[in-house]
Amino acid sequence: MKVPVNITVNGRSYQRDVEPRQLLVHFIRDLGGLTGTKVGCDTSQCGSCTVLLDGVAVKSCSCLAVQADGAAVTTIEGLAEQGTLHPLQEAFWDKHGLQCGFCTPGMILASHELLRHNPDPSDADIRHGLEGNLCRCTGYQNIVRAVRHAADALAEK
Amino acid sequence: MATRLFGSGIRRREDPRLITGSATYTDDLTLPGMVHAAMLRSPHAHATVGTIDISRAQASPGVLAVYTGKDTSDGLQPMPCAWLVPDADLKVATYPCIATDTVRYVGDIVAVVVAEDPYQAYDALDLIDVEYTALPAVTNPAEAAGDGAPQVHADVDKNQAFHWAVSGGDVDAAFKDAEVVVKERIIQQRLIPNAMEPRAALAEYDQASGDLTLWNTTQNPHILRFLNSVVTGVPEDRARIIAPEVGGGFGSKIPAYPGEFITVFCAKQLGRPVKWNETRSENYQATTHGRDHVQEIELAAKKDGTITGLRCTVWAGMGAYLSTAAPGIPTILHGLMLPACYGIPAIKEDVYGVYTNTTPVEAYRGAGRPEATFMVERMVDRLAGEIGMDPADVRKKNLIPAFDDGHDTVTGLTYDSGDYPTALDKLLSHADYARLRAEQATARKSGRYIGLGLSTYVEMCGLGPSQVAGAIGFQGGLWESAIVRVHPTGKVHVFIGTSPHGQGEETTFAQIVADEIGVGADDVKVIHGDTDTTPMGWGTYGSRTTAVGGAALAKAARKVRDKAKVIAAHLLEAAVEDMEFADGKYSVKGSPDKAKSLAEVALMANVAWNMPANVEAGLEASTFYDPPNFTFPFGAHLAVVEVDKATGQVDLKRYVAIDDCGPQINPVIVEGQVHGGVVQGIGQALWEQAVYDDSGQLVTGSMLDYALPRAGRLPEIEVLSTVTPSPHHPLGVKGIGEAGTIASTVAVYNAVMDALGPLGVETIDMPFTPERVWRAIQQATKGH
Ligand code: FES
Ligand code: FES
Repeated sequence: MKVPVNITVNGRSYQRDVEPRQLLVHFIRDLGGLTGTKVGCDTSQCGSCTVLLDGVAVKSCSCLAVQADGAAVTTIEGLAEQGTLHPLQEAFWDKHGLQCGFCTPGMILASHELLRHNPDPSDADIRHGLEGNLCRCTGYQNIVRAVRHAADALAEK
Repeated sequence: MATRLFGSGIRRREDPRLITGSATYTDDLTLPGMVHAAMLRSPHAHATVGTIDISRAQASPGVLAVYTGKDTSDGLQPMPCAWLVPDADLKVATYPCIATDTVRYVGDIVAVVVAEDPYQAYDALDLIDVEYTALPAVTNPAEAAGDGAPQVHADVDKNQAFHWAVSGGDVDAAFKDAEVVVKERIIQQRLIPNAMEPRAALAEYDQASGDLTLWNTTQNPHILRFLNSVVTGVPEDRARIIAPEVGGGFGSKIPAYPGEFITVFCAKQLGRPVKWNETRSENYQATTHGRDHVQEIELAAKKDGTITGLRCTVWAGMGAYLSTAAPGIPTILHGLMLPACYGIPAIKEDVYGVYTNTTPVEAYRGAGRPEATFMVERMVDRLAGEIGMDPADVRKKNLIPAFDDGHDTVTGLTYDSGDYPTALDKLLSHADYARLRAEQATARKSGRYIGLGLSTYVEMCGLGPSQVAGAIGFQGGLWESAIVRVHPTGKVHVFIGTSPHGQGEETTFAQIVADEIGVGADDVKVIHGDTDTTPMGWGTYGSRTTAVGGAALAKAARKVRDKAKVIAAHLLEAAVEDMEFADGKYSVKGSPDKAKSLAEVALMANVAWNMPANVEAGLEASTFYDPPNFTFPFGAHLAVVEVDKATGQVDLKRYVAIDDCGPQINPVIVEGQVHGGVVQGIGQALWEQAVYDDSGQLVTGSMLDYALPRAGRLPEIEVLSTVTPSPHHPLGVKGIGEAGTIASTVAVYNAVMDALGPLGVETIDMPFTPERVWRAIQQATKGH
């Protein structure tokens, strides 16, 4: 039996009938075109699926679509405003904070959450704050640099 | 003055699509009418398979088809092994895509379901009833090689897939005359590569034309096209293999797997596009693993620290079947490197490849070389301890002096160029090694256990030439190809046979071309990963993309440059001999204002209104580059750890890496490769291990149970370099993808053992979990 939901994704509302068991990440990825949110695991460990749910970072593989009914989701596709990259996106690019890019959408959104709580984090804060996101390519060092760089850029704004 | 782009750390050109979520990985693709496959995998490590009842699954909602091995045995040939190492008594056991009568590891496929949506496909898997009769299993390679071990394949005696040996110099004499002999048994534990993108395949087959398009998470689409033709019967001219965005590989996306071929089979049968996307748990069970050696090593030396010989026996776990390139890894890529950066004069190694009831083993970042480096570098530290010399001094005593025109080893390799002593000196002075030793001594007095671990390494990349590939049983070539095509507006397309998946060659290759022919990097688009549009090539692995593919590209670009010079001379009414390529322009020597830009030349070449006599229209060149030798990057790494005696916790306090990959095209990208490589090696030392229980169950079957490196547990890695060009590479570059991993595991290992030396601890099996370290301390100190 399907259940109707109304979920706003990147400012656009989507009314769909979903299976109660459908994961939010699959709901998003099945909307057509919004595949920036990745699935890297099946145990809520990797953080590749991180999105903002009403502004708060969540692992969208550990949340059902029905739980997000009425909520507003921001995915990596919704982070840039009117074609201008978000300072975090710029920083990941500037600091070579990505290689294969698979973890990157989740990393950027998890970093968004980190900076929301702590706009001026130390390297250790950043490393601690990103413990829930795995990257196999970068060894994290340039991700830490990127987040620090973004914090500076946001502070200047 | 046109700025040279070679050597500049420009931002990556692939990043905009990756940071905005618009990049398309295999699982991001949707085709009209697409349906979804899911694989039923054996829950037993070893069992005979009786009846398989698929009727309930077939009747399940949304299910289009269920196939078992009986259904696929005609349409899918067994999986081929493509590295048939010679003189090794190699026994390639039959590797069916779908098991029929016996399953040999947890994860072996027994059936496939295709359904309208993936949830329905997984639902139906639960409704397939398989009758298994469990058999005894064996998972440890040394045990599997012993008498009375369960037989993984009835026709392979003692589970011995091969016995390979390498020797050079007089080992018996070295050990007879040795003043010191140190021995150790080392377990190179099995690792799970964990590319963050799981594997996936999407197959679209036109039943009328017989055309197949297969999107797949592969590091080498051209090899896959060939192997696909062998297994599925779709001829190479009818198959288009596309590696779209690929989310890391680390070796695990080199081999061909049953999964993609079963997906092709289903698409052929059903006439609908079929997608298969593995779950992470499936990835743990069925995507190839790495390492898995049991090593017994002896090192012979003089009391003054001179190393005189190395003798070893290795049991290398191969898993239940031989994966595509598996036999070459613990042999050619491993044993030949044992002379290391010391030029050890006498070597003997026996390697036994052993079938076990485990996931097949393949290349994993470094592939054979980390295991070899570990053996030598660990024994160097053991020797230092034995003769009471500092490990740095033992290394200095033995390092091959700087050379730039080749150094022959007793295993038959010729290192291209190297300056190992300078790398070590730079490391020691940057890290202030003497001060670190003094601090260590002070700390010990107050009961703190700090350890310093060194690793000096040389590795081989850019495997080639192809004649060597043939001689070592590699069922392919090792050359690379590139096409450089200049369009009328001076914009450039580059088509390459390698297939980058995170390494950044869309940027570094654009940098190469930009300098060679006189365009901006932003004017160059690098196209890869599609067998219909790119020239044949052997793929991205073994740090070969730049070492071989980059050379092909430079040569193709130089052909374009030469032709552009001819056309420019014609347009300027000058003699070709009087022309030069300077400041990114084609000009008459001595008259820089008499010059043509590439765009001007390209326009004329493409419209061809006024071409020199006997010059073809167009501005394009292609190359097939077969390297004359391998390249041999090297370096020196240092790890500093502190071990908490009370808890066994290892704290990695500092890590310094000096790597020499020759001239660096993009130093920012090089540094990123070092970071990632080093951390993967640290992961092996400190956290990672694939664990099987006695029945062959993979205990570390998810990201919850397998400890991957996380950001919070790592220090800032200090990255430095020296630059020693390769004499035979057109750009002098050597390759950097695997260096970090090759050096770092043993650097950390040596550091931990150095810390624990005063407590009498001599060996601990990796990874250094607090429990293992604590137990080792307890045992050595008997609890005191
Ligand atoms: S997919 Fe791994 S945490 Fe969500
Ligand atoms: S960039 Fe590849 S996993 Fe992070």
